[in-house]
Amino acid sequence: MRIGVITFPGSLDDVDAARAVRLAGAEPVSLWHGDHDLKDVDAVVLPGGFSYGDYLRAGAIAARSPLMADVVAAAHGGLPVLGICNGFQVLCEAGLLPGALTRNSHLHFRNRDQGLLVERADTAWTTSFEQGQRIVVPVKNGEGRYVAADADLDRLEGEGRVVVRYVDGNPNGSSRDIAGVTSADGRVVGLMPHPEHAVEALTGPSVDGLGFFTSVLTAMVAA
Amino acid sequence: MSATEGLSELDTAPGRTNRLDTVELAAQHPDDEQPYAELGLKEDEYARIREILGRRPTTAELAMYSVMWSEHCSYKSSKVHLSRFGDLPKSDALLVGMGENAGVVDVGEGWAVTFKVESHNHPSYVEPYQGAATGVGGIVRDILTMGARPIAVMDSLRFGAADAPDTARVLPGVVAGVGGYGNCLGLPNIGGELLFDETYAGNPLVNALCVGVLRHEELQLAKAEGTGNKVVLFGARTGGDGIGGVSVLASETFDAEGPAKRPAVQVGDPFTEKLLIEACLEIFAAGLVTGIQDLGGAGISCATSELAAAGSGGMAIDLDAVPLRDSTLTPAEILMSESQERMCAIVEPGKVADFLAVCAKWDVLATVIGEVTDGERLTIDWHGERIVDVPPRTVALEGPRYERPMARPADLDALQADAPPSSSADLRADWLAVVSSPDGADKSWVTEQYDRYVRGNTVLAQPEDAGVLRIDESSNLGIALSLDGNARYARLDPYVGAQLNLAEAYRNVAVSGAKPLAVTNCLNFGSPENPEVMWQFAEAVRGLADGCRELGLPVTGGNVSLYNQTGDVAINPTPVIGVLGVHADVTRRVPTGWRADGESVLLLGETRPEFGGSAWAAVVHGHLGGLPPRLDLAAERALGELLVSLSADGLVSSAHDLADGGLAQALTESALRYGTGARLSVPGDPTASLFGESVARVVLTTADPAAVRAAADAAGVPVTELGTTGGDALVLEGLLELPLDELRAAWTATLPALFGNPEATVGSIPAGTVPTS
Repeated sequence: MRIGVITFPGSLDDVDAARAVRLAGAEPVSLWHGDHDLKDVDAVVLPGGFSYGDYLRAGAIAARSPLMADVVAAAHGGLPVLGICNGFQVLCEAGLLPGALTRNSHLHFRNRDQGLLVERADTAWTTSFEQGQRIVVPVKNGEGRYVAADADLDRLEGEGRVVVRYVDGNPNGSSRDIAGVTSADGRVVGLMPHPEHAVEALTGPSVDGLGFFTSVLTAMVAA
Repeated sequence: MSATEGLSELDTAPGRTNRLDTVELAAQHPDDEQPYAELGLKEDEYARIREILGRRPTTAELAMYSVMWSEHCSYKSSKVHLSRFGDLPKSDALLVGMGENAGVVDVGEGWAVTFKVESHNHPSYVEPYQGAATGVGGIVRDILTMGARPIAVMDSLRFGAADAPDTARVLPGVVAGVGGYGNCLGLPNIGGELLFDETYAGNPLVNALCVGVLRHEELQLAKAEGTGNKVVLFGARTGGDGIGGVSVLASETFDAEGPAKRPAVQVGDPFTEKLLIEACLEIFAAGLVTGIQDLGGAGISCATSELAAAGSGGMAIDLDAVPLRDSTLTPAEILMSESQERMCAIVEPGKVADFLAVCAKWDVLATVIGEVTDGERLTIDWHGERIVDVPPRTVALEGPRYERPMARPADLDALQADAPPSSSADLRADWLAVVSSPDGADKSWVTEQYDRYVRGNTVLAQPEDAGVLRIDESSNLGIALSLDGNARYARLDPYVGAQLNLAEAYRNVAVSGAKPLAVTNCLNFGSPENPEVMWQFAEAVRGLADGCRELGLPVTGGNVSLYNQTGDVAINPTPVIGVLGVHADVTRRVPTGWRADGESVLLLGETRPEFGGSAWAAVVHGHLGGLPPRLDLAAERALGELLVSLSADGLVSSAHDLADGGLAQALTESALRYGTGARLSVPGDPTASLFGESVARVVLTTADPAAVRAAADAAGVPVTELGTTGGDALVLEGLLELPLDELRAAWTATLPALFGNPEATVGSIPAGTVPTS
């Protein structure tokens, strides 16, 4: 199994995402934002960071990079795509996921170990979890407040597209405590929390994050 | 554009407002008067420049000497004292010592670590966010320049009284700046300090540390070798920010000649610095440079003169080639600008194309601006005219050196004779007062604004005693770092105080299980022109050197920040000491928090009734006087070695250093970390036991107290059994009982109450305010 990790200028958690892929038992493949080359990977991770320094809007410039055109096309064909933090912002800017991530309501960057409730355990990235499972994964962002129009939020909730929700406190003022959402087909997932920082007992608050990376292996076998 | 267009008073020949000052003109008119005093140069310093050049300097040369001979760049007041560090016995671990951008230490398995702490105090007072942000940016480039990948930062911060209005202006901006820059660079912040004292009102201290790793063979040095090699400037364009930041160019006299065009504080762009880091590491890996230097204080003046001075030849620079952000900048402004995110490399001609290609890949602008020459001069041309022609060593290395007058502070005898109180009237109330004081309180309000996870190698971070990083995933080799700078102790006795800070940082590293290996420092003091401050400085340096000698640790480098004073009032002398340790196996790291019930709580070390400079005396009695705790480096060493071996043997579940606030502070932090209480009894005088600050002490928990006791006995370290972990309160039998909920509420409320409660307002956005997708 080969899972691509994209590096944009300003990507920071690409090494962490690659490590998580490796610990999950897959082969991480570096992808460069400027190439039209997905290198035949079986899934793609858009890592956290500050692509293009968050200039214009977080994720806005990266969403228009050459490789993202290929990612969007492949995602429409069912390629599993996970966007973490800045990656989630890029996916929203690229139109693969609904809504937007805006400045935290308290205006501070916030890094803490965050409780999450897994509401969908059947997307390409969450089958290793049980529905209703509580996990702990670090959150760290300055622009992580998920917003969408009420009608869109109602539709997302109705379609069951909220993948994870914040519990034990909302770290950024996200609408309806939403921490992650998925595409209609359950193949594309965007998460504000950082599962790649919870893959080893030595360095993380838990190893709960590993489940997102092992899930996609199962999804690829099933597909 | 003509040679004279847009010139400022920094460019024109004395008395000739429209004429670019050149070397030729300076030779023709050797007696023209020059404003050296307004540039901060003394009469004898100016005379020396004339003697070196055999003529008057050009206006550009004068500006260059003035910044490079400033206190900040030349260390002219401190050098004579700092030589004590160079006299320490040679350490096998030291690969590169003082004098380079940062010291480099061998940590084994072919790995080396480089680390350094630097102040950005004055800019952070003027413009807190950018001052602090560019402080981080500057120290990161120093580490990068050694050929290392930067892997973490730390910050040691001091502000005026926590409830002072100006602290509410400065602190949030500084914290946001440290976080904003470090987070965007992808560097975890693994620890530091946050302390308050009214002597820092108007003089906040912002000391930033960066640590990097490299393989031994990847070491880079800042020197220009090889005639014909190209000088390449790369990174951000040069703008008008930070002109004269290190010197007095931005002083009243100069501002008075016209409106201040631009601030003397630099403006940071961490995104550009991130690209610069990745481009540099790729350039180093491909072997494309023979020398490299970052641009920080004094900008191009500093980088070119230092590179040339460290090499064997000269250098010729074409200043017209420098890419500008603002085309109206004059040559002197270009030379002085402290625009951030710039580096200067020496590249063989055959490798220039490859060098430029790597820069292009990372969208980093790179320009050849000159070359290494076989002469012994640094020359700089502008529009075809020579404006600088100097021996580079005289600019970069041979600045003035002063033996400034020193005097023991007149009030010190009275201060030391003013013994602190020694008995608590209400132990419980005093306990809560100490741990909820701004110095003792929970620092999450600050540390949650910093990314501690990025890169995935953070094993321990704040609020742990030391930051611990894994540097090799296959072997679990790692490092530990701590920064400590108790200024109350240094005020009472700078010689002992500096050593106590060294001892604390040493202990903190050992508590985590790491073997202490090397020392860095950031020495923050008032004005060197005040003999009492100069005495404090000299005593602190002497203390640190003696302490390092006794502990067998080299000083790898450091930074001096003087003139931290407002009017006649200097800050408390603040020698911040950083100790680096090595973990053979980071999986053996020891955290500070208690997790398990039923473990034994042991106190290692000897407790005496010592309250001089203590947090308890300051918080409860508003008292600073007496003598600091008795220093015992032999005891520190025995304790440190014991802790390292206990950790390696896996005998310790937690360990926490006793420092400010004594046992009360340590127990509070260990209990609240994971919400585990304890039932304890402390022998002896309760006030001394709970609030005394005797050093060489640690509280630890273990499931095997007999084994720990045996090891401690063998090491000659005194052990006191305090009790057992468990329950939801800290119970000190016969003295007091503190439910953890109450303790937590007191400990966590302080900073949010002072600086705003950053809780999210939870809920959805009102309908209609966000467009439907």
